[in-house]
Amino acid sequence: MTSPPLIEVENLRIDLADRSGRVAAAEGVSFRIDRGETFGLVGESGCGKSITALALIGLLRHPLSIGAGTIRFDGRELQNLSAAEQRALRGNRIAMIFQEPMTALNPVSPVGRQIAEMFVLHKGKDWSEANRLAVEALADVRVPAPERRVKDYPHQLSGGMRQRVMIAIALACSPDLLIADEPTTALDVTVQAEIIELMRNLCAERGTAILMISHDLGLVANVCRRVAVMYAGRIVEERGSADIFRAGAHPYTRGLVDSLPRLGSRAALGRTRLTEIAGVVPAIADFPDGCRFNPRCRLATDICRTTAPEITPLDAGGLVRCHHHA
Amino acid sequence: MLAFLIRRLLQAVPTVLAVVLVVFVLFSVVPGSIMSSMDGDGRGATDAQVMERMRKQLGLDDPIYVRFGAYISKLAMGDLGTSFRTREPVTSMLAKRMWPTLQLIFAAMTFAILIGVPLGFIAALRPGSLADTLSMVVAVSGLSMAKFWLGLLLMYLFALKLGWLPSFGYGDGGLKYLLLPAVTLGVSPMALLARTTRAAVLEIMTADFVRTARSKGMSETRVVKWHVMRNALVIILTAIGLQFGALMGQAVVVEKLFSWPGIGSLLVDSVLQRDIPTVQGSIFVVVLFFLAINMAIDLLYGVIDPRIRYS
Amino acid sequence: MKLGSSLIIGGGLFALAISVGLLAPWLAHTDPVMDANLMNAEEAPSWVWWFGTDGQGRDIYSRVLYGARVSLTVGIVSQLINSVIGVALGLTAGYWGGWWDDVVNGLTNLMLAIPSLIFALAIMAVLGPGLTSLLIALGLTNWSFTCRIARASALSLKRQGYVQAAKVLGYGDLRIMITQLLPNMLGPIIVIGTLGMGSAILSEAALSFLGLGVRPPFPSWGSMLSEARDQITTAPWLSVFPGLAIFLTVLGLNLLGDGLRDILDPQSRSRRA
Repeated sequence: MTSPPLIEVENLRIDLADRSGRVAAAEGVSFRIDRGETFGLVGESGCGKSITALALIGLLRHPLSIGAGTIRFDGRELQNLSAAEQRALRGNRIAMIFQEPMTALNPVSPVGRQIAEMFVLHKGKDWSEANRLAVEALADVRVPAPERRVKDYPHQLSGGMRQRVMIAIALACSPDLLIADEPTTALDVTVQAEIIELMRNLCAERGTAILMISHDLGLVANVCRRVAVMYAGRIVEERGSADIFRAGAHPYTRGLVDSLPRLGSRAALGRTRLTEIAGVVPAIADFPDGCRFNPRCRLATDICRTTAPEITPLDAGGLVRCHHHA
Repeated sequence: MLAFLIRRLLQAVPTVLAVVLVVFVLFSVVPGSIMSSMDGDGRGATDAQVMERMRKQLGLDDPIYVRFGAYISKLAMGDLGTSFRTREPVTSMLAKRMWPTLQLIFAAMTFAILIGVPLGFIAALRPGSLADTLSMVVAVSGLSMAKFWLGLLLMYLFALKLGWLPSFGYGDGGLKYLLLPAVTLGVSPMALLARTTRAAVLEIMTADFVRTARSKGMSETRVVKWHVMRNALVIILTAIGLQFGALMGQAVVVEKLFSWPGIGSLLVDSVLQRDIPTVQGSIFVVVLFFLAINMAIDLLYGVIDPRIRYS
Repeated sequence: MKLGSSLIIGGGLFALAISVGLLAPWLAHTDPVMDANLMNAEEAPSWVWWFGTDGQGRDIYSRVLYGARVSLTVGIVSQLINSVIGVALGLTAGYWGGWWDDVVNGLTNLMLAIPSLIFALAIMAVLGPGLTSLLIALGLTNWSFTCRIARASALSLKRQGYVQAAKVLGYGDLRIMITQLLPNMLGPIIVIGTLGMGSAILSEAALSFLGLGVRPPFPSWGSMLSEARDQITTAPWLSVFPGLAIFLTVLGLNLLGDGLRDILDPQSRSRRA
């Protein structure tokens, strides 16, 4: 046995409360991430990847809640921790970067102050020391003239600069895990590569594991060692990034791979649509019986419409949830 | 900043002119001549020759645009005319009444802010709780009460029954005299501020940056103190600016009820006695004050909200 | 407050006020004006005089009932005038734009610069006291908010496909405005109108209190309070009941407006309170 994983998610179910009761927005979600590892979660919007991330950092709010399953971080079950213990982890050992850097930063607070808060909250620094550390943190994310930039407000910075600030905030306390939810989706294609590179390097220096969440399989495979594909609230395949490109086992994964215009060309991976797969992701309340992908699947047979496939190990390593996997 | 101020001042000029025009025209169409109202109580000049001389003196026989021109040119030099009632310059009458009114309005607004804003915060941070329900009941009730009725009840309780406070008058202008009128006047802006604050905070609590703040491991108290408050303040400030207008209107009633010697009670007395120059002058001052307040609020935005720049 | 409960309580209070006003002649114990009798002056509330009597021996209960007529007439009629003016100006300004829009904008700004109660006071001063003057004074001074909402929705609605289609079909401007635009802005207009009725009732009371409203001796809640002020030491009950009547009526309208807003204008919750 190797050392215990950094984070271990087991059979997680996330409930969505609505007028008629509760529906599972995600279920049976299991994965593990080791220390310093890079792990990707890929899927179309509405597949449950973002709420899974919010569950890990304890930010699910009504109408969403954890319905079943466990999340173990560094050997401790998160649900058993008190609110104060959870807060001590949040930001300090598990940090998160959000998609939209304009709205994710407080518009009426200088960015330096928003970074400095981390040192006050988790490192017991006073404000003047924290502000000095904020300048260093900005320098770390390669923001030019950081001692001047700390006084700027978010609207004075470009999208790329704002996302650097978000990274500075997230990595301020050198966390064990960084959750990056579509960190570059809102940015120009040219800036995307810089931000990804920066995030990867800084995490490698600190030994920070990355959980990267995106609709963009190419981007995720480029950053992460292992990738899990989610569809309609379930993980349908989990593989090493290289394997998933070479030989995706699930029909949905293969559809995703086929829809990428040119492999390895990061610049072209801007906002790809899944043109190779007909139809759209069903709404949570309308998840079909059996395999949830069956209405869109070319290989679907009777069993797919009645019985949900179990997640099964592949001979070549990895896991898949399909009756007809390759 | 200075350029902004000058531009705002220039923008206000047409509004002020329009107000002056409206008020001027309004009182030029008073049924019955102004002279008859001057002599309404039988003490005025009844002699036909005297009347004739006064009409000439006051220029009442000139066409309305000539009279308006004359009024405006005198206004530009700070001359608002002479009161029909006291024969005193309107400007000096208004000057004497200015301070009590300012005192009353700012005291009322202070009360409204000190009670209304925290009430709104408490309600928004515990939506659906007893505190939320209670504070919203207080807010809706405050909006539904006739100001002078509340004033009468407060007067009865605190002045007549308990004897803690004087029932009316300005006295030495001290807090003792100010308290009842200010609370009476402050109740409805308090109620409105409570509602606005609640709505603003509820909305801000769903913003992305609040989620970011939570992801940093902040307690809810700190989220509110460090990130929600300043954002809410921008919205609350707008509401405060709008409330000043209504406050000036309500001040008329409250000043009259408590015999407070401000511009409001001067306005009512002048209206009742058809002392038209004083009525025009009072309305003019009220409008100027309201515009000035809104300009001050616009400047304050720049201090609170960095996204606003005066260039 | 729970959704719906404010609608029910508010609607109930307002319906109560309306029925009191309509049924006053049957519910009242005495004539509100004529039955003055100095023998029963300043009687405290009792089984005979439910709300007590005033300095002239008139039954306060009966006077409060009749007072509802003035308050409700002024509230409903003057707000209707305001709504019509506001919608007419706002709708045409938003739909036509151009110089007319500038004119309407200027007028709205002017209205916003003068506190409405002071404007109404000035108009009352010119017209003299009386019910008609009240209706005019309050009907002309509180339309700016309705106008802004109507203008904003006309601006956004006129770009919608179905309005463009109606234009292509050769519908006249007036017909488009009334059949296509108006129905789609009615929700918020009704909400503002309901709340506006409440503030018109408060303004009527304030003007009557200042001696500029309905002429005594006919009862209005505001003028009753005006008389009560002088007798607050000897007959405090005179101050209680007319004020309570105003409070409950306006409270009803405010709750009704809030309740209607949740149904008719759901996206407005973030707009100014």
